Amino acid sequence: MIEFAKVSKTFQRRAVLDDISLSFNKGARVALVGSNGAGKTTLIRCLLGEYVCQGRVSVDGVDPRQDRQGVLARIGFVPQLPPPLKIPVGELINYAASLCCSDPLRMEQVATQLGLDMKVIRTQPFVKLSGGQKQKLLIGIALGRDSDILVMDEPAANLDPQSRKIFFNLLSERSPDTVMLMSSHRIDEVAALVNRVVELDRGKVVLDDHVADTVDPSAVQACSLHLSRPEDALAKTLSAWGFASSDQGLVWSGTVAGPDRLRFFAMMSRYAGLVSGLELK
Amino acid sequence: MFKSLAHTARLELTESIRARWFLVYSLVFGAVMVLLLASGLTDSRVMGFTGLSRTLTTYIQICMAILPIFILITMVRSVAGDREAGVLEYMLALPVSLGAWYWGKLLGRYVTVFLPVFLAVVVAVAWAGVRGFDVPWMEFLFSTALLVSLTWCFLGIGMLISTIAKTSDVAQGAAFTVWLVLLLFLDLILLGAMVREQMSSEVVVTIALLNPMQVFRTASMLVFDPELILMGPAAHVILDALGRTGFLIFGFVYPLVFGTLSAVTGFVLFRRGDLQ
Repeated sequence: MIEFAKVSKTFQRRAVLDDISLSFNKGARVALVGSNGAGKTTLIRCLLGEYVCQGRVSVDGVDPRQDRQGVLARIGFVPQLPPPLKIPVGELINYAASLCCSDPLRMEQVATQLGLDMKVIRTQPFVKLSGGQKQKLLIGIALGRDSDILVMDEPAANLDPQSRKIFFNLLSERSPDTVMLMSSHRIDEVAALVNRVVELDRGKVVLDDHVADTVDPSAVQACSLHLSRPEDALAKTLSAWGFASSDQGLVWSGTVAGPDRLRFFAMMSRYAGLVSGLELK
Repeated sequence: MFKSLAHTARLELTESIRARWFLVYSLVFGAVMVLLLASGLTDSRVMGFTGLSRTLTTYIQICMAILPIFILITMVRSVAGDREAGVLEYMLALPVSLGAWYWGKLLGRYVTVFLPVFLAVVVAVAWAGVRGFDVPWMEFLFSTALLVSLTWCFLGIGMLISTIAKTSDVAQGAAFTVWLVLLLFLDLILLGAMVREQMSSEVVVTIALLNPMQVFRTASMLVFDPELILMGPAAHVILDALGRTGFLIFGFVYPLVFGTLSAVTGFVLFRRGDLQ
């Protein structure tokens, strides 16, 4: 479906992509990982037809530089950094919906599901929203339209745990044939969402592996946590994850989205000395 | 294509109107016209406002001085600034053709830039009507047509610079240089000096005819002053060669063509290279 054949890209004689060959078939859920400057964003921009590159990039045989509208009509895109647009949120949604031949209400519904109050923000300039609100809105625009390819650059980085849970649910509702390409510099952010990991380093593919994780992206696991003593910082963090406490802050219970387990464990590892018991089922 | 172009133009219009530069821009042109009307810098300084002709003449001359640099400085930030800020990465990932996006942006910006300039003239006409003076409709129409042409010309140049420049700082520097060069090649400044140095009249006239600012200046003066008493030496040669009607047509068409060629060149370069 998506093919990168011997793709290279140089900026001022520095190779940012070096002879990359990859192909993603229907249903591929790919984590594109690597440190800063590895070439993830450049690869995505080549797919979006924004860069001229050597080699060949195609979506079902169509070059995104040759038929931009045809290819981009199939791609829902969430950038890493939200654009500093001064236009009101409502205008942005109407513009995107009109170009994508979608219903603005559908995009608003997704944004609302993610926790945005559209009535409040519709007339606000996009640039005035918080980082999390911008991310949710851009996800709403990307998912509130028909597309069989999703390209997301650090999609969940600015989302709180509750919104991430909903985001994972929304992804699980997409057609199983949808190709998802998720870029992240941290594998734990996206590991549970994907069935393939491609790691880039200085413009080359250094790892291309398949992941066997049987957890459904929409799964939610009950978690109970016992602490040896109450701790304010941990209490604040757990509250943000939607956990409730009992026994004077010594016992906490809540739910963790299946794809968020690694992230949850990474967070808990900072408080490992306080944990006397942890159950996840 | 046309639907996307219209949507993009509307978006650009909305975005520009919310920008701070638009407020300053509108205030400047509004204030210029109000000052001209209030100070009586019209048909007679002694008698105050006695008609519209000289008000329009003065306004047009002020436009020639400030409109190009205003347009260039704000326009060049358009593509280069969007590229720097990451706006292009997102907006061009939506299914919009590059043609619809580029020309829609230009069209939207055109309306934003032209409207305050035109509205100031409309206010002057309305004021003359209220005061019971005759409105010189032909002069009004010619002046408006020349402003249409000048605005388009510098928007096209601005878009070209913005497309070529990698950063908005470079774009602004280039825009200022272009404006300065065109200003220096005005009839009364460098061209005057060149005539004094006894350069061939063909070269001087060619330079004058190539400079859209000079063309606008000569044509706008010609609307009100068929003898071109106030103009420099090159203008007289040009007038002799083309005649009044011929030059007014040239004064309208040439900046339009210049702006269009600049914008088309910008589009070709934009489409050919990296968009982000």
